[in-house]
Amino acid sequence: MSDNRKITVTVNGVAHTRTVEPRLLLSDFLRQELGLTGTHVGCEQGVCGACTILLDGRSARACLTFAVQADGAAIETVEGQGSMEQLGRIQQAFRDHHALQCGFCTPGFVMVVTDILRHHDVETDADIREALSGNLCRCTGYEHIVNAVRELVRERGKLP
Amino acid sequence: MKPAAFDYVRADSVAHAVQALAAAGDEAKIIAGGQSLLPMMNFRLVKPSVLVDINHIAGLAEVRERGGRLVLGALVRHRVTASDPLIRRHVPVLSAAMKHVAHLTVRNRGTFCGSICHADPAAEMPMLALLLNAAVHIASPRGARVVPAAAFFVGALATALAHDELVTEIEIDTLPAGTGWGFEEFARRHGDYALAAVAVTLQRRRGVAVDVRIAVMGVGEMAIRLHAVERVLEGSDFSDARLGEAVALLRSEIEPNSDLNASADFRRHLAGGLARRALGDAWGRAKEQSVA
Repeated sequence: MSDNRKITVTVNGVAHTRTVEPRLLLSDFLRQELGLTGTHVGCEQGVCGACTILLDGRSARACLTFAVQADGAAIETVEGQGSMEQLGRIQQAFRDHHALQCGFCTPGFVMVVTDILRHHDVETDADIREALSGNLCRCTGYEHIVNAVRELVRERGKLP
Repeated sequence: MKPAAFDYVRADSVAHAVQALAAAGDEAKIIAGGQSLLPMMNFRLVKPSVLVDINHIAGLAEVRERGGRLVLGALVRHRVTASDPLIRRHVPVLSAAMKHVAHLTVRNRGTFCGSICHADPAAEMPMLALLLNAAVHIASPRGARVVPAAAFFVGALATALAHDELVTEIEIDTLPAGTGWGFEEFARRHGDYALAAVAVTLQRRRGVAVDVRIAVMGVGEMAIRLHAVERVLEGSDFSDARLGEAVALLRSEIEPNSDLNASADFRRHLAGGLARRALGDAWGRAKEQSVA
């Protein structure tokens, strides 16, 4: 009964046109239709943050967005941050500070940190922790993630 | 964990949206931020046959002043509510409360009006709508109507909305300069749904409190104003004895539930403690108003 829809979504600067079922989640669209498996799927109920992407420049849960809603939108995923040969700045900071172990949550963290660095005046460690509180990591205990983000924030000139 | 199939309508106007709702009988859902709706659809707790997307309707994303009150359109995101300069100036209790609303990424999508339509008993927006004497503006194919917040919420996850109605905006009080306010919430983890929360506003004239408002959430099947407690404090000097009387009355007025997060007794105790702090903060922040 549901009519499939033709959508065009720009992902990391490249336009993709596909015909999709309205019920297809953006997370599954990215992974299954476009093969961009860097966006991880954890809880599928908006709790864990692993699927965080940027939708028109602001962080969003890909599991709480339908692909049809992204028709005409610009999406950024972790694949747009860097490559194995040349890590992006946020990825490099995570690596330098051992801010990941298994890496499952990392793409979501990298994307929310992108939003934080672009748009939010975080200054203190408490600010950083509050800003990261929507993303879960079961390995690191967060300490090293906060260290990585502190360095990135400092670089931005917000901390001495 | 995949939603059931549905037809998708991207509405380009309010009229288009309410026509699509009416055409679907009672089987349509509106999607704005979708931060509560999508989890329910992913679990198939909700299976609309039509999803009406209002995100592309022009003119619904602004906060503006009208007739001495503030109007928030249906697409005002929590992120905007949290940082909007008009809200910060005229309704600081709302700006402060936003720190407790979910997380940064959810606040990017979720909306004030969507939250009141969802009407979760432990969500901040319904409580604040009651505190701020909100008027909910509603459109349908039959025309427009305005419902006061006190009549809009009818139970847990239940509102006065008919199946073909769309909330287009919510209108809230501005508070005079010098209004005292307090907001206290306790959740197991930051950004989680609250076990209990209390919001207070009041003004101070000739050394006593007037226009005392107190609302609570998480301690019953929906957020409520506690008018009996307000009356105890109205005209008082906020002495310890009067505060104690108010807190005791608050604890007897609420009917919290027990669940896996907290017992009813704990919630009742907690709500009283939070109220005492919020009332103290409001009294401390209030500046003596000149009497006309």
